[in-house]
Amino acid sequence: MTEFFQMGGYGAYVWSAYALAGVLMVVVFVLSWASWRRNEKTLAALKAVQEQSRNRRAA
Amino acid sequence: MHRFANPTRFMKVADRLFPFVSAGFLALLAWGLYGALLASPEDYQQGSTVRIMYIHVPSAYLAVMIYGVLAACSASVLIWKHPLADLIARASAPVGLVFTVLCLATGSLWGKPMWGTWWDWDARMTSVLILFFLYLGYIALLNAFDDPARGSKPAAILALVGVVNLPVIKFSVDWWNTLHQPASLLRFDGPAMPASMLQPLLVMMAAFTFFYLMVLVIRLRAEFAAARIRTLRITGASE
Amino acid sequence: MAAFFSLIRRDLQLALRQSADLAMVLAFFVIAASLFPLAVGPDKVVLGRIAAGVVWVLALLSVMMSLDRLFHNDYQDGALELIVLGPQPLILVVLGKVLAYWLSTGLPLLILAPVIAMMLNLEEAAYLPLMTGLLLGTPVLALIGAVGAALSLGARRAGLLMALLVLPLYMPVLIFGVTAIEAATTGFNWQPHMLYLGAILAAALPLAPWAAASAIRQALD
Repeated sequence: MTEFFQMGGYGAYVWSAYALAGVLMVVVFVLSWASWRRNEKTLAALKAVQEQSRNRRAA
Repeated sequence: MHRFANPTRFMKVADRLFPFVSAGFLALLAWGLYGALLASPEDYQQGSTVRIMYIHVPSAYLAVMIYGVLAACSASVLIWKHPLADLIARASAPVGLVFTVLCLATGSLWGKPMWGTWWDWDARMTSVLILFFLYLGYIALLNAFDDPARGSKPAAILALVGVVNLPVIKFSVDWWNTLHQPASLLRFDGPAMPASMLQPLLVMMAAFTFFYLMVLVIRLRAEFAAARIRTLRITGASE
Repeated sequence: MAAFFSLIRRDLQLALRQSADLAMVLAFFVIAASLFPLAVGPDKVVLGRIAAGVVWVLALLSVMMSLDRLFHNDYQDGALELIVLGPQPLILVVLGKVLAYWLSTGLPLLILAPVIAMMLNLEEAAYLPLMTGLLLGTPVLALIGAVGAALSLGARRAGLLMALLVLPLYMPVLIFGVTAIEAATTGFNWQPHMLYLGAILAAALPLAPWAAASAIRQALD
């Protein structure tokens, strides 16, 4: 098991490459997801406001 | 093909495919990681550091491939004023930037133990660095205007100008005698790699491609919502 | 064709009238060059090693610094719109403006370059490749710069943005220009590198004005 983590003495290089890849991919995913949710929320709020003003004008 | 040119219809299809793409990514990633870290042999010259290849080569491939997507979308923005192509280009550029960074960083982590240096100004590395700068310029130009829609066309022209860099990246290792090893995957005489390494590498490349597709769908949703927010703001303000 | 030359004459006259601009670019070239001996020390061997690279990088930065003069003034006072609406094909207009720009910026830099090289103790064998390279290279820099200048018309922080867009595209020119000098000083044939530069110039001559023209068109939409 330790042999697996040591990677023949190159563990630091190999594992930091994999860790960096993992971190960057997670960051890309999370940021993309967050911006989607944020935009959808703004869109819903904007729609609600415009709906309200339209109703008020109709009444 | 033009059936999917309608953005709303395209998104409907993309949303339906999204769960399969995500599941495919996770499955391929698990399979690829098993192959890369456990099942594949060590290189007789490079020892265990060769395992960095399973990250480095897929990121390099994705960095270049996404630039190709960017260029193709840019061409159709300029020629047909295609709204969907514009959204795909916008959504793809930051992902391409990240994979260019990952390619450079993992290359560095591989270069240090093998060549004894983090960085060398050889043709392959320099041309990938230029790719990184091109992505930066593209994103900066896209966001440099007060009206967000105004940036699409200048950025598209820049993306097309930058296409000259792609063949330079591909052939840099053949044209110049450099530190970076020559191509071992895309060669006329077939891949120069044992199947035990080739198979996990291809799986990882597929996994990275699926990751791009998965993130692309999410980012497209975000871009769509942003575009609708813009039109609502404009029509709302004029009411 | 007459219109083409009158456009060049107009741009040159404008550049002459604003000769303070040109003087500033040349002053930048000289002052920035004199920073290097102060930074790396006055050792003649070290300076001779980096001289060619310094001249090239500074020529590149100087060409880039005044790029905003190329389209931006005409864009702001509306002259660009009139030029675009005129009967001349826009590609030719861009080519004419780039030519005028090169005559008013590239050529003075070219004349000044050997002086800078001398101050930096450049090897004698390197002068010919340096000057040939600059002669072929600075027009490419102006052509690529025109694309950057056209793309950033109307952008926020246009000057900074232009540097970001243009500098990566300048790198190949720099590489071939400097490797020619490297070849000459180590006793190799430097002329093949000039062929590369010539090829880049031949490719940029039609492509860059075309890209710049389409960028100008969409900026004026």
